[in-house]
Amino acid sequence: MTRTPLRPLARILAARRAGENPDSIERDNLAERHEAERDGARARAEGRLLVLGVVFLCAFTMVGLKMSVTAGTDPVEPRAAASGTQIIATRADITDRNGRILATNLTTNALYAQPPLMIEPELVARKLVTIFPDLNEERLIQQFTGARKFVWIKRRISPEQQQAVFDIGDPGLLFGPREMRLYPNGRVAAHVLGGAGYGREGVSSAEVIGVAGLEKALDDVLRDPGRGDVPLALSLDLTVQAAVERVLAGGMRLMNAKGAAAVLMDINTGEIVSIASLPDFDPNNRPTPLTTGDPGNSPLFNRAVQGVYELGSTYKIFAVAQGIEERIVSRSTMVDIQGPLRWGKFKIRDFRNYGKALSVEDVIVKSSNIGTARIAQKIGAERQQAFLGQLGLLEATPVELIEAGGARPLLPKSWSEISTMTISYGHGISTSPLHLAAAYASLLNGGLKVAPTLLKKDYPMPGPRIISEDTSRQAREMLRQVVTRGTASFGEVPGYRVGGKTGTADKPKPTGGYYEAKVIATFASFFPADDPKYVLVVTLDEPVETSGKEPRRTAGWTAVPVAAEVIRRVAPLLGLAPGVEPEARTGVTLARN
Amino acid sequence: MRSVFYILTACLVMVLAVWAYRQNYETQASLREVRELRSEIGELREHAGVLRAEWAYLNRPERLANLADMNFNRLELLPLRPDHFGHIDQITYPIEPLSPIIVPIEVMSRLREIQ
Repeated sequence: MTRTPLRPLARILAARRAGENPDSIERDNLAERHEAERDGARARAEGRLLVLGVVFLCAFTMVGLKMSVTAGTDPVEPRAAASGTQIIATRADITDRNGRILATNLTTNALYAQPPLMIEPELVARKLVTIFPDLNEERLIQQFTGARKFVWIKRRISPEQQQAVFDIGDPGLLFGPREMRLYPNGRVAAHVLGGAGYGREGVSSAEVIGVAGLEKALDDVLRDPGRGDVPLALSLDLTVQAAVERVLAGGMRLMNAKGAAAVLMDINTGEIVSIASLPDFDPNNRPTPLTTGDPGNSPLFNRAVQGVYELGSTYKIFAVAQGIEERIVSRSTMVDIQGPLRWGKFKIRDFRNYGKALSVEDVIVKSSNIGTARIAQKIGAERQQAFLGQLGLLEATPVELIEAGGARPLLPKSWSEISTMTISYGHGISTSPLHLAAAYASLLNGGLKVAPTLLKKDYPMPGPRIISEDTSRQAREMLRQVVTRGTASFGEVPGYRVGGKTGTADKPKPTGGYYEAKVIATFASFFPADDPKYVLVVTLDEPVETSGKEPRRTAGWTAVPVAAEVIRRVAPLLGLAPGVEPEARTGVTLARN
Repeated sequence: MRSVFYILTACLVMVLAVWAYRQNYETQASLREVRELRSEIGELREHAGVLRAEWAYLNRPERLANLADMNFNRLELLPLRPDHFGHIDQITYPIEPLSPIIVPIEVMSRLREIQ
């Protein structure tokens, strides 16, 4: 760029000659130069603005294009980054505490038809009926020849059936892949597992959802894709569960009972090792619920969890333990048991007349209603209610079954003094065998509350203290006496020091009042008595033992032998070796001031 | 100098273009392989699941109990009972092996004596 001088000599000389001021020439030139510089700067700034504008335009165009592409295309999974376990995200398996499979998935096919593609609808219908005898030929022909374009034929078919349908060779018959839930052990733990069915259903896939039991209660956990292939481990032990069910079924048949339930629970952790209810069903082929009659008669009914019954004398230990804990009575306090005990228009009687007075220990051993009622009278309604509430007997159990939430205990409308007295020996309050097992566990494990659970626990979580260790020990010793010299003498299993309490309660009529000859017999037990490990509750519905001259219905003759057989079979499986009962301590008395 | 720079830049651009082209195809090939492997893993997992289910079905307690009953003559399996537990004292000590013969005995002469 050539620079014009500010004071060109020619013009200066000319101006001087003309007598003008040469400085004006310089000013003019300076002004010109400034103008030129300004024009240049403006042009450069405009150029920069343009470039910047173009850059922004490009950037926004890119963003806009990317957005429209993202909005306009189908979503794609990021293929490069995905861990291996999520490749087939299926419902998680369920295993027992040792990892044996209780529920798993299997791929099968569903069969559907597209009638417009069909060549010989009548022939297809006839052949299908030979493969699936439960189908109706006329109905199939009607469906295949009507206006329908799509017909489901079977939700699940086996590979053999699929091959047979292939062999029909009609292009109108089509298969859709299906996940199905398989319970390889059949009826074992049927009530816990419940069953699974299909939710939303399409041709190429269907959603497997739990319909009952644990499958429904923990549906979200089992379906969580983040689980990967980690199975859900239950606290159940498959071998023990099978043994309990087998023994219970035999006992139910021998005792002519119409139903039976058993709960075997770890006394310290509340883990349910086995829970059985008979009659049972096959969760692979879940029967339809009864539409008429008492739902309690359906095999789907879980007696151990849903069956709220008056459990009778098994409750007596709660009143006595509370009496000892609150220093109202001691084991040797004599209680007046002269009967009948009158309260208003009610009369409380004992099964037999045990004399005038019994010690508190003998009230439990002989199972005196009057004695227990008198102790409960001293405790009072409010404190009794609070104590039973602490044991979890006044609300639904927190166990992981969908049915558990609906099985609330039946309590008296107003907890009056007579309610207190009847509840002390297990009448006027209805709870499930599972409630009873959890309460016995809390009472006898040293006095720490346990919550029943079906999930395997990796470490024990001690609950709040309910009664002192000493009261718990006394309760254990009294219950041990019930077996050695009381109503549960058939419960003695050599080597396993069983302790427990029998309970026989008349069944209530649906119309009010009680049946004469229908009872619920319960034996709530624990073993070994000196170092308790497990609680077992066995309940028989309407048992009759007919080996004697007259039919015997009391729990001592019905539920106790069955429970003893369960312990005999199951304790070795649980790894408990038979032991010798420690001698009663002599000379030293545990004392505290 | 400038022209050399231009030529070098052009060469570099070509090399980079070839590299990017190859990289693109390699990525696509890898992704395809991953997809195939993944579907193979899926199939194998499904297959393993079927085998596990079958194993569980064959080992169901009911079947094992029936098998034990059927083969009682050969196996003599009974449900575990409390008296099956043993005590360590009930096990005998192993019989000590015979000590090696160090002093040989003249057997032939004794035989002759007997005859």
